[in-house]
Amino acid sequence: MSGELLVDGVSVAAETTSELSRKVGYVFQNPENQLFALTVEKDVAFGPENLGLTRQEIRDRVDWAMDAAGTVALKDLAPYELSGGQQQRVALAGVLAMRPSVIVLDEPTSFLDPRTAEEVMGAVDNLRRENGITVIVVEHRLDLVGRYAERMVVMDHGRIVADGKLEDVLDAEFDRLSGLGIGLPKVSLLWSLLKRDGLVSERLPTHVESAVKMLSERLRN
Amino acid sequence: MGENGAGKTTLAKHLNGLLKPSLGKVTVDGDDTTKKSVAQLSRKVGIVFQNPDHLLFSETVKEEVGFALKNFGFEPSVVVKQVERTLEALDLTHYANTSPFLLSGGERKRVALAAVLAWEPDYLILDEPTIGQDYQQKERLRNFILQLNSQGKAVVMVTHDVEFVAECNPKVVLMSKGRILAQGQADEILSDDGLIEKASLVKPQMAKLFSQLGEFGFPSDVVDVHRAKMLLEERLSEVKIRVAQSS
Repeated sequence: MSGELLVDGVSVAAETTSELSRKVGYVFQNPENQLFALTVEKDVAFGPENLGLTRQEIRDRVDWAMDAAGTVALKDLAPYELSGGQQQRVALAGVLAMRPSVIVLDEPTSFLDPRTAEEVMGAVDNLRRENGITVIVVEHRLDLVGRYAERMVVMDHGRIVADGKLEDVLDAEFDRLSGLGIGLPKVSLLWSLLKRDGLVSERLPTHVESAVKMLSERLRN
Repeated sequence: MGENGAGKTTLAKHLNGLLKPSLGKVTVDGDDTTKKSVAQLSRKVGIVFQNPDHLLFSETVKEEVGFALKNFGFEPSVVVKQVERTLEALDLTHYANTSPFLLSGGERKRVALAAVLAWEPDYLILDEPTIGQDYQQKERLRNFILQLNSQGKAVVMVTHDVEFVAECNPKVVLMSKGRILAQGQADEILSDDGLIEKASLVKPQMAKLFSQLGEFGFPSDVVDVHRAKMLLEERLSEVKIRVAQSS
């Protein structure tokens, strides 16, 4: 392999996976792949138990993580009894208990019904704002993440083809992005069609709220 | 449509007799499913599971797609022709001699679909067909479903994908906790706040947008981009003319 990948300034090639996993928490696309303990609480405790912490420290971390991911009510249930959405939240709690500074979520909502998907994304966004955690989401549907994402990196055939603020990339590269099979927000698509007909001129909105505001202003004229 | 655990997949499995009702009755073209074998019902009703790995087992894509045809007793020449046609239609021809297990999740889903479509069942049941598919694949799937419809075939789809449904505007049956909550045209159902809430769905973006543009006298049952564009185009051109006249 060529090139270099840095996490907090340190090359990943020079670090062990166990060291890196203190910094970077990874939630797999399919939560079943990372849940294995007999109860939710034990599953969440597994990571911190392997860090050599005191009992009290482990207790505190587990309580905090379960609360932050909204899984306290599930603590005595077996992971396999849970719905896909609940499993996804338990996997998130297990990762949070490690107190990572970065969380990677691989298509975190693909198995979830739309309501649960919004809940999970909302919970993750709260963590980001309250704890300063960096969140990296792998996703090809932008309608859900458009409201939260600050930066978007677009990849095609193993390469980065666009990188910047979500609204800048969306506005500048809309046609190219749709050609890459990315599910673009429907409000952005609507706006691009109106723009093509010369009926609007502003930059593309990335979520419903901004489209409502922009259209209301125009229609009130 | 309906939330996780609503009973959508369970209902789908009743349609080809994989499950038989313990109460009530399921009929396919008037035949009670408890009186027919799965083999008999499958000739008419093809089910594509949510997880393609529950269905795939052959060594090559070509064999996989020909398997059911052989089992149904079609002539070898018909099998070959039908396999070719189906692979072509789903853009899988270049994978004909590849093992299905070497393909990506989205591609395996297409092979599973091909394996069922090959025998041309009258009823096609698709369980969450859009999961893991990118936008172009979804467009292809949408056109494919419309084409099957125009050939007089019924397609039943289990899905959470509100945006996909909004663009197709089919008849929707909404389920919750094992029961049917409501049924009607997609634009009615997906713009109904009460139903959306009960079924743990969210409105498509266009429905969210138009529900907040009510003060301008727009209809509230707009769910797809095409109709949204037509309505706004008309109104925005009027605004443009007014602005031009006043200046």
